[in-house]
Amino acid sequence: MRRTMRAGALASAAALVVLAGCSTDEISDSGDDGGNQDTEWFVQADFDRQNEQRDATFQGDESEPWLQYLEGDMTDTSEFASEGPKKVCFANASISNPWRQTGWITMQQQLQVLQEQGVISEMETRDAQDSDDTQIADIDYFINEGNCDAFVISPNSTAAMTPAVERACETGKPVVIFDRGVETDCPTTFIHPIGGYAWGIDTANFLVDNLEEGDRVIALRILPGVDVLETRWAAAEKIFEENGIEAEDHFTDADPTKIKQIVTDAINQGQVDGIWMDAGDGAVAAIEAFEDAGVDYPVMTGEDEMSFLRKWEETGLTGLAPVYSNFQWRTPLLAVQKIFAGEEIPTEWVLPQSPITEDDRGEYLAANEGMPDGHYAKFGGEDLPGFPQAWQDR
Amino acid sequence: MSTQVTLPRYEGSLGRRLALALRTPGGAVFVLAAVLLVAIVVSNPNFADPGSLIRFAGRTAPIAIAAMGQYYVIVSGEFDLSMAAVIAAQVVLAGNFIGQDEARILPGLVVMFAVGALIGLINGLATTILKVPSFIVTLGMMLALTGLVRYVTGGAATGNPSDAFRDIGRGGIEGVPVVGILPFSLLILLVLAALAVWLMRRPFGRSIVAVGDNAEAARYAGTAVWWLKTRAFIISSLSATVAGILLVGYAGVHPSVGSGYEFAAITAVVIGGVVLGGGRGWVLSAAAGAFALELLFLLLTSLGVPSTWRSTVQGVIIIVAVALAGRSWRATRRPRRRGGVAPSTPPPPPSPPRAQRQETSDA
Repeated sequence: MRRTMRAGALASAAALVVLAGCSTDEISDSGDDGGNQDTEWFVQADFDRQNEQRDATFQGDESEPWLQYLEGDMTDTSEFASEGPKKVCFANASISNPWRQTGWITMQQQLQVLQEQGVISEMETRDAQDSDDTQIADIDYFINEGNCDAFVISPNSTAAMTPAVERACETGKPVVIFDRGVETDCPTTFIHPIGGYAWGIDTANFLVDNLEEGDRVIALRILPGVDVLETRWAAAEKIFEENGIEAEDHFTDADPTKIKQIVTDAINQGQVDGIWMDAGDGAVAAIEAFEDAGVDYPVMTGEDEMSFLRKWEETGLTGLAPVYSNFQWRTPLLAVQKIFAGEEIPTEWVLPQSPITEDDRGEYLAANEGMPDGHYAKFGGEDLPGFPQAWQDR
Repeated sequence: MSTQVTLPRYEGSLGRRLALALRTPGGAVFVLAAVLLVAIVVSNPNFADPGSLIRFAGRTAPIAIAAMGQYYVIVSGEFDLSMAAVIAAQVVLAGNFIGQDEARILPGLVVMFAVGALIGLINGLATTILKVPSFIVTLGMMLALTGLVRYVTGGAATGNPSDAFRDIGRGGIEGVPVVGILPFSLLILLVLAALAVWLMRRPFGRSIVAVGDNAEAARYAGTAVWWLKTRAFIISSLSATVAGILLVGYAGVHPSVGSGYEFAAITAVVIGGVVLGGGRGWVLSAAAGAFALELLFLLLTSLGVPSTWRSTVQGVIIIVAVALAGRSWRATRRPRRRGGVAPSTPPPPPSPPRAQRQETSDA
């Protein structure tokens, strides 16, 4: 089942690459460098690369996906090799959504392990609460007064954080970036799952495979302007267009009230065949809109958040849970461990990112039984101390 | 005529009074809502389905209820900016306190209303006794509550409360002919609207409009201004609490539930022709303003206005609507001034200007 779907996905992706190659008028507002179809949020080369990475073979042990990586340039860290526990300074963008909250718990449990091993003495954390300004101040504080041995940064936004990250690099200490990127290659390593295009390709292909040409899809997007979300939509929108799926996008702020109203209005306007989401937060409200209107469930893509997995199983709708690998929150501290051991690490550390299908949904539901609705199935902390209690009490 | 001691309760026939009422902003909002409804049905006949109309009315109920609560504060000459934060706090409280335990539904409701009343009391006393402008008091309350909700939730959703509790906002009486379902939220709105109309005919209602029009005069007339305004704030917070209960049922728990409600409620009140600064406007017009606002949003959706543009279109239309409402109040006001004491164009029966006029003529 999974194999055939993959094959289908690959075929349609291949078809669209060909299509993209020969059409020139597709994205008319592509800007001033005519002939180039790239827009601010759509870069064909990135799309193609992530599309390939979806089927690539990752190095390392499959049972520890947070340590797996794609073959590529490696950073030599022998200059950092040194004995004794180290102080890590972590500039976090925020913990204002359930995905980040889950990852933050996993990170703290991973920290505990490394502290017991004598690798890390302490981790000082500053939460920027979704503000660029605060995070710049946080990073500068760490540089000047933090007495840090290593920096871990989860950037709030790409462009704004670049100068601050460069300042951190100038200290000569290791700098580990994860989740969202920055526009400089000075960090020791940049850790992230495959990316937004891969998410968009997985989800849009799934909807295309399960819908007919001319079917209507409602795309629910949290907010504009965040690269990891924009690329998800950019890739999906492209595939929808090329396969004759009529997709309308709406911004929801992840507010379930808005989600339910948008979906209800869409149902009233005419049949809705599919729901696409750029993040699963609020998926249940979207499904409830179909229940309350008394119409058939849509084909739907959510996320590996427990609330969606549970509702998906309960309703039996045709769905897919794309994954923006939450286990990446373990990797930065393990990278710090490798850096101080002088082991070489990937310069761009691309982690696996594969969706949960109906076939493996049961397995993930069982493995995460008792976890709250805002928990993410692929959190990857089952072997850490405090499991499952630490993730249940939040 | 000029020697008459008491003014007649109504002037002219019912039809004539209705026609005149529709020319005031408070009445025109009903026409506006009707026009928008027709436009929506024309743009997409599927919306004419009674089932979807009644569901639309059901989901607009929380905003209409919030708008009626906000009306009391605005007509008394103040603002309540804390409404959205109260809703978010109540939604999170419902999720955390009630959870999946159905035995805690009733205690949960009691706690929520107590918290709501307390917030209103603090807003009211700080405004009236401490003499802090309500704009600042409720802004402070908004920040305090938002911070509290962030602290408790970390900014992300907790679990939904039990389905039995959520049924208040999500369910309804099923098997009703024609419409299919009669949402509980709509019934609650109708009961609260009746209650609000009754309250506006009581001394409390008459005095609160008088206080909004001229607090000094009302004080000389023996009104306890501080307690009147404080009660208005309590009503506002309680209505936000009811809206929160309905919203957590409608959609579920999320710290962003209710965001923008203070804006929506104030806009609805203003579109309903209630004058900012107080002293003028009808409570049901505030509820109608909420419906007009939501119908406008629905029309934009129905016309397929792109999501990136929608906020801009909303903003412009709201400014225009409020500007027109303001002009039309001034237009209806001038001739009356020239006409002397006996009004030739009285607003609808329970209308505040009449109430205030009676009081001043009694004094």
